[in-house]
Amino acid sequence: MIRALLVLFIGAVLGGIVHLGTILYLPRTATNDAYARLTPLLPVNSMKLLPQPTPESAVLPLSDPAFATAACRYDLSGGPLKLLAPVSQAYTAVSFYTRYGVAYYAINDRAAGRRVIELDLMTAAQHAEVPEDEEVTAADRLIVESPTTTGLILVRALSPEPSLMPMAQRAATAAKCQPSEKAK
Amino acid sequence: MRLVLGSLICFALAAAIGLGLTWLSVSRGFTAGGLTIGAWTAQPKAGTADIDPYSRAVIERNGTLPIGIGDGVTFAARTDDAGHPLDGRCDVMLEGTTPQARFFTVTLYTPEGNLISNILKRSGFTSQELIRNGDGSFRISIGPKVRPGNWLPTGGVERYFILLRLYDTPVGIQTRAGRETPMPSVTRGACR
Repeated sequence: MIRALLVLFIGAVLGGIVHLGTILYLPRTATNDAYARLTPLLPVNSMKLLPQPTPESAVLPLSDPAFATAACRYDLSGGPLKLLAPVSQAYTAVSFYTRYGVAYYAINDRAAGRRVIELDLMTAAQHAEVPEDEEVTAADRLIVESPTTTGLILVRALSPEPSLMPMAQRAATAAKCQPSEKAK
Repeated sequence: MRLVLGSLICFALAAAIGLGLTWLSVSRGFTAGGLTIGAWTAQPKAGTADIDPYSRAVIERNGTLPIGIGDGVTFAARTDDAGHPLDGRCDVMLEGTTPQARFFTVTLYTPEGNLISNILKRSGFTSQELIRNGDGSFRISIGPKVRPGNWLPTGGVERYFILLRLYDTPVGIQTRAGRETPMPSVTRGACR
């Protein structure tokens, strides 16, 4: 009797460990995550407008149909990137995701406080190499550190009513992500 | 011999419990913690680097990208205030106001995460499109049949859920349910 209880108890404890292990490991094994869905649509380090979600298909499930969305699949191994996103008439937001879909940074047009949201994206190592005086002279330069070398950027522009969708799509299409050297 | 048998049962049990719990929590969309107001739940932390492992497993499996906290917060309702699952053959009324936000959108999805298809090609409202009462509150009728005012057609689907997304909002990780965070009530009317 005691033996049976012991087997049950150890089984349950091991089960808990298996559960936690698989939950933590699952993101590494998902084959249909956002990055994988966007890979065939997007060349590396360039911004492209995504098709609007319809009842039949959505590139990213649960995306908000009131927004025009442009996406950039980035790879920082060749150097930092510059992101430029002109703000639309209504509301524009830029969100950064790691390779595994973790939203590590997001900013909207009001927080950016100007007509073009301008950000430099780099890894922690690349940030450490930025000369300090350069950082001081460009005090209003926004630097975002990416925790992973690859990842995703979404630029989303709101269309407050359906007739304004072309405006939102123009704003999202005008967004750019490109290697920093080229932008200078 | 008994030891071998015992450990085999033990491992089988561990695998069954562990994998079963994982499968359940991911397929049901179980998430730890979060903010619950009436029928609405939100996971503001899912929009940060501190996302909990459960939410993370769910978004990776579904291929969605959560809204970053600097952008907005998503509230989901899968039932009405009384706990009935949302049925597209019933009239459901959203009534009230939302927490402070520059914009918000209300959108209907099937349980698989697709937009609800209907002849109007309308799957949601933005805050700017809504017809409002004098005090700024609003009322959205969700149901299979045409309603005056703000009507969201369900197309008669069996199950659906509502996402209410607040953009540029002070609602965040520190937010608690209370007077600062009013959410619209979700009440069920007649069913067909």
